[in-house]
Amino acid sequence: MKRADIAVIGAGPAGLSCAVEAAKAGAKVVVLDENLKPGGQLFKQIHKFFGSREHRAGTRGFRIGQQLLEETEKLGVEVVLDAAVYGIYEDRLIAYITNGKDHTLKAEKIVLATGASENALAFPGCTLPGVMGAGAAQTMINVNRVLPGEKILMVGSGNVGLIVSYQLMQAGADVVALIEAAPKIGGYGVHASKIRRAGVPIHVSTTIKEIIGEEKVEEVVTIELDRNWQQIPGTEKNFEADTVCLAVGLSPLTELAWMAGCEFVYIPPLGGQVPIHDRNMETTLEGVYVAGDITGVEEASSAMEEGRLAGVACAESLGYYDKIKALELKNEIWNRLDALRTGPFGEGRFQAKLKQVNARGQLV
Amino acid sequence: MTEQQGIIYQGFPSKEELLKIPGVPSKERIKKGPVACIECVQEIPCNPCEEACPYGAISVGKPITNLPVLDEEKCIGCGTCIAACPGLAIFVVSVSGEKAEVSFPFEYYPLPNKGDEVWCVDRAGKQVTRGKVLRIIKSPKYDATAVITVEIPAEYLDNVRSIKRLERGNK
Amino acid sequence: MVRYFKLMPKMLFETRIGGRKLRVIHHPILGDETRQFNAKITVDGKEIPAIEGEPIAAALLAAGIKKFRETQKYHKPRGIFCAIGRCTDCVMTVDGVPNVRTCVTPVRDGMIINTQKGLGKWGDQQS
Repeated sequence: MKRADIAVIGAGPAGLSCAVEAAKAGAKVVVLDENLKPGGQLFKQIHKFFGSREHRAGTRGFRIGQQLLEETEKLGVEVVLDAAVYGIYEDRLIAYITNGKDHTLKAEKIVLATGASENALAFPGCTLPGVMGAGAAQTMINVNRVLPGEKILMVGSGNVGLIVSYQLMQAGADVVALIEAAPKIGGYGVHASKIRRAGVPIHVSTTIKEIIGEEKVEEVVTIELDRNWQQIPGTEKNFEADTVCLAVGLSPLTELAWMAGCEFVYIPPLGGQVPIHDRNMETTLEGVYVAGDITGVEEASSAMEEGRLAGVACAESLGYYDKIKALELKNEIWNRLDALRTGPFGEGRFQAKLKQVNARGQLV
Repeated sequence: MTEQQGIIYQGFPSKEELLKIPGVPSKERIKKGPVACIECVQEIPCNPCEEACPYGAISVGKPITNLPVLDEEKCIGCGTCIAACPGLAIFVVSVSGEKAEVSFPFEYYPLPNKGDEVWCVDRAGKQVTRGKVLRIIKSPKYDATAVITVEIPAEYLDNVRSIKRLERGNK
Repeated sequence: MVRYFKLMPKMLFETRIGGRKLRVIHHPILGDETRQFNAKITVDGKEIPAIEGEPIAAALLAAGIKKFRETQKYHKPRGIFCAIGRCTDCVMTVDGVPNVRTCVTPVRDGMIINTQKGLGKWGDQQS
C-alpha cells in the first residue's frame, strides 16, 4: 500500500501551492488528480492577475501555473494524474482509480483541494447542443484551441462571464451580448470595460426566456426582469447565436468532505454548503484539511494562499516546522489573504470566511 | 427604460465617475505632451501600475485597494504602465493643435499595421472616428499586450480608447 | 477562372489545417498552433482530422459537430456542457464502448465514434 506524509487531492492552484509549501519543509507529498493534465483551472486563465507583487500581480495565470509545476518537480512532489479519488475511509485511507485499477494510499494528513464546478440554469431550450458552461468554453478555447461556436451569447456578469467573453473574442469568436439578471454588473468594472470597448453590449436585469433551435442553438430570446425578478412581457429581444455560455456561479465540489464526515455550514456568498475549517485550514476532522474553492468560491489568488496555509499547517503538525517558524509563515499568508479580501468586492468574502472559521465554535 | 449611467450599470465609467478619480490628468497637462490617463474607478486590491512606473508618478500605497494617484508633473507619458495594468485601464493621451494621440493596450489578433487607417471606438465600443495607426509596440516585458498609438482629430481625445477589432481572415 | 485561383490557396489552407475556422491557429496570447494534425477518426462513418491526444470532444467541435448523443426517452439532442468530465452530457460510443466521456478521453488515430442513441449498447460499431 502506498504511503505519504501528506496526500493532496486536486492538482489545481490550491493543491499545487500546498504541495510546494509542504515539500519545502521536507514532507513527502503525493498529489492526486482525476484529470490527465495538472493545473486545474489555472491553465485556462490567460489574463494577467491582480493583487500585489507577492500575489504575482501582472503575471498571466497560466504562467503562474507553469512556475508552480516546475517547483513541484524540483521539490520531488509526486503528482499522480488520471487518479479519481472515490473514497476517504477510516484512518485517512484514500481509495482511487487509475486506468481502471483500484489503488489505496495511506496519509498522515489529507488536504482536499477539489475546487468547484459550474452551476446550470433552467429555461426552455437549455439542453440544446450549444448551451454550455462558460468554463467549458474556456477549456475548449484556451486548453484545446477549439472554438465551441462563432456567435456567443454570455449569461452572467460575474468575473467568469466577463473574462470568458473577452477570451472568446481573443480566440476569434463574436460575443453578441452579455446578459445579467441582477440590476447591476457583478464582476470587476475593468473586465466589463474591455468587452464594452470591443462592442459587446451588456444588458442588466435581463434573463433568457427561451432558446430556439431544432438540433442546436439557433436563436436566443431574452426578456427583462422587474425588481421582483419577474419577467416583463413585451420586453423580449432576439439574438442570433450558435452558442450560449452560462456563467451563473460555481458550487464547491465537497463530496469527499461529506463522505469523510466533516461538518459543514451554509454560507450563500461562498457557494452554499461549505466545510468548516479553522485558521490552519483544518476541518472538524482531525488531519483533514481543505484549501481553495472547495472551502468557498473565491479566486485563484486566494486558492493559492489557502493552499500554502494548509501546506504549512500540515508540515507543522507533522513536526517539520517548529511553532515559531510556522506562525511566522502563517501570519505572512494571512496578511496576503486579508489584502485580497478588501474593498467593495472583497469585503463580503472576508465576512463570509470569518463566519466559516467561527462556525466551528458554534458546533454542539 | 432609460439606462443608468455608471460603471456598474454600463460596464464603463461615466464622465462623472472619471472626473472624481485621482488617476486622470488635467487638460492643461495633456496639452503639454503625452501623459498617462488611469481610468481606474473601483477599489480592488491591485497595484502593478505603481510598481511599473519608472518615474514614480503613480502611487497606490496601502491598502492596495486605493485608487492610483497620478503625479502629472512626474509623468512623461512613457506608456510603461499601459501594459502593466491587468485591467487594461490605463491609456496615454496628448493633444497638439488639431490632432490628438491616444495609446491603449490591445490583446487581439490580428494587429493592425503601422500607417493603417482604422476605425477608433469609444468606451462603449461605438465607432466614432477614423484614425491612423502611428505606432505598435510589442515587448517581452509587456507579455503579449501590444500598445497601439492612434492619431485622431483632437475633438475625440476624451472619447477614443481603442480600435475596432480587425477581421481575422487567413493571415 | 481568376476567382478559382484566388480561392484555391484558401481552400488548400483550410483543408491542410483541418478544414474549419473553428481551430484557433493564431492566438494573441497563446501564440500559434504548433501541434500536427496527425490523427484521423471516424464519426458516424465520416472521417474527420484530429490531433492525437486531444479530447475527442475538441475534434468534434472543431469539425462543427455539436450533437453527440440522443436521450433515451424522447431522442432529444445533447452536446457538451461542462467539458471537464463531470456532467456526462457529452458521452458517445467509442470503439464499441458506450458512455465514454468525450471531453476527457483522448483521441487515438483510427478511433471509431458513434452518436450514442439512449443508453447505448456494448459492441455498437454502427448506431
